[in-house]
Amino acid sequence: MTAMPRDPMALCCAGVEVRVGAKTLLADASVHLAPGRVTAILGPNGAGKSTLLSVLAGQRAPTRGRVTLDGRPLEDHGMPALALRRALMPQESAVAFDFTAQEIVALGRYPHRRSPGRDEDAIVEEAMGLTDVSALAPRVLNTLSGGEKARAHMARALAQLWHPRPDGATRWLLLDEPTAALDLAHQHSAMRLLRAWAARGVGVVAVLHDLNLARRYADEVVVLGGASGGLMQGATAEVLQPGLIEAVWGTPCQPVTSVDGTVQYLFG
Amino acid sequence: MSQRFSAQAVLGGSALLLVAAFVVGAASGAYAISLPQLWGVLTSLGQGADKSPEHLVFLNIRLPRLVLGVAAGAGLGMAGTLMQGLFRNPLADPGLVGISSGAALAAGVTIILGAWLWPVLPRTLGSWTLVLMAFGGGLSVTLLIYGLSRSEGGTRMALMLLAGIAVNALASAGLGFLSVMATDEQLRSLQFWLLGSLGGARWSAVLLVGAAVLLSCVAARSLAAPLNAIALGEAQAALLGVDVERIKRRAIVVTAVAVGAVTATTGIIGFIGLIAPHWVRMVAGPDHRVVLPASALLGAALVLAADTVARTVMAPAELPLGVLTAFIGAPMFLWMLRHFKGRI
Repeated sequence: MTAMPRDPMALCCAGVEVRVGAKTLLADASVHLAPGRVTAILGPNGAGKSTLLSVLAGQRAPTRGRVTLDGRPLEDHGMPALALRRALMPQESAVAFDFTAQEIVALGRYPHRRSPGRDEDAIVEEAMGLTDVSALAPRVLNTLSGGEKARAHMARALAQLWHPRPDGATRWLLLDEPTAALDLAHQHSAMRLLRAWAARGVGVVAVLHDLNLARRYADEVVVLGGASGGLMQGATAEVLQPGLIEAVWGTPCQPVTSVDGTVQYLFG
Repeated sequence: MSQRFSAQAVLGGSALLLVAAFVVGAASGAYAISLPQLWGVLTSLGQGADKSPEHLVFLNIRLPRLVLGVAAGAGLGMAGTLMQGLFRNPLADPGLVGISSGAALAAGVTIILGAWLWPVLPRTLGSWTLVLMAFGGGLSVTLLIYGLSRSEGGTRMALMLLAGIAVNALASAGLGFLSVMATDEQLRSLQFWLLGSLGGARWSAVLLVGAAVLLSCVAARSLAAPLNAIALGEAQAALLGVDVERIKRRAIVVTAVAVGAVTATTGIIGFIGLIAPHWVRMVAGPDHRVVLPASALLGAALVLAADTVARTVMAPAELPLGVLTAFIGAPMFLWMLRHFKGRI
């Protein structure tokens, strides 16, 4: 087991294992996440990416191991306090009843209802503007396309974390495959948006499938499901090498340099 | 996008409907009271000297029945909304999933076997025994149905409705069995549960139900905002800081109290908990902060209107109220099924 880092501003887990019945969803995972950066969680299907994200969100208690935020066990923070500074955009979210996109985004402000700001309505509107769903505001969420729903849920997560915490506590934006349903333009604008939020000090952690998006936008990557069953964490350019990609995903990979100098990969 | 009205318009409209249903209900019946007479009675209520026939009819016969109707309709409309929010499912009606049947069976057992099973209880608790037993019956069924039909992304609609069929069948078998053991007098009481009626309105019982429903409605108010978050799924609601387990427990208890108290006094009045929230959502959208109070108001208006029809359409005979609400509600439910076909 790795020693627990004592970083006062970090979201960490050490030796985390999640088991459901006889099935191990995640084994011996240790990560150390710093605020102000974009971290991509990568790995093949079934490697435990979503499980790791839900453990980091405090949604799922690990069978073994510890999760800490600011050096304190995550469960000691309490869910209402966590909701003020941590949002999780779900991979797929079936909403009951005919709530409009705007009503769903406004639910992101639920944790703040006891001390609402003067600008609650403006927050919802601006968050919708950031993910380009303003025009969909009066539409019933369940009638929207997959990508439109994803953008509404992303706006909800942004609305939840809108203002810096008065006590200076770091904010954490966790996203489960935020770009999976998005078209090309929205994938890139969403990733740029995440970078902008990280630049403002928010810790951004996203499960991604598109290695090129990760290569271009993530500061750090966490790769699950390697040959040894272990987990690798490190700076994107160092970890995400063709050799590792071929070992983990079993797909031949050829690096190319795009016009802006970013390395991207061709597969197959 | 469906046309939606503001919260004020929907609440105001529901309140107006309730007032209208109340006035029509107060005026019509075997002894008709004209509107000027009704006004006279209402304005002289505090003075106590007036002993005109319309005064006596209104105060002793009509008013308790109207108040019971308001309490029953408000309780059922509110309980239906709570169940639907909790189950994340617009078809979860306290009658359809068997909560009313469970309460009725428990009440039936108390009437027929109470004196034999618990000789002391009825005397110590009085009419509360019936309400408490009905509450227990409703609570057990709610927990059972919830446990059975719950799954990862909410509750399984088909499982919920199938479990409701089984509970309703069991309850009607139990009530049938009880009817064989009942004396003639008990049989008449039992009949009344099977069909649902406001005919048993006496002030003592009415005030009891009214208090129980009023308390339930007050307790339900704080559940509205969390239920909106629960529409995102229990996992997402928990991430927003909702104490999902506590909200669930409270919603289940509040529902069981309201449905138990109403059913113990009126018998099974079906479909109000289905129709009222459904109609409110059609004009107001699904925000529980509006749907909860508006469904209580509309449910009360619907029960008063249905009861007025029930006691006047075949006068002097009285049509059982539960029969009438089923005539309106069951086709409505079938129509809703068509709409939700893809999701069951």
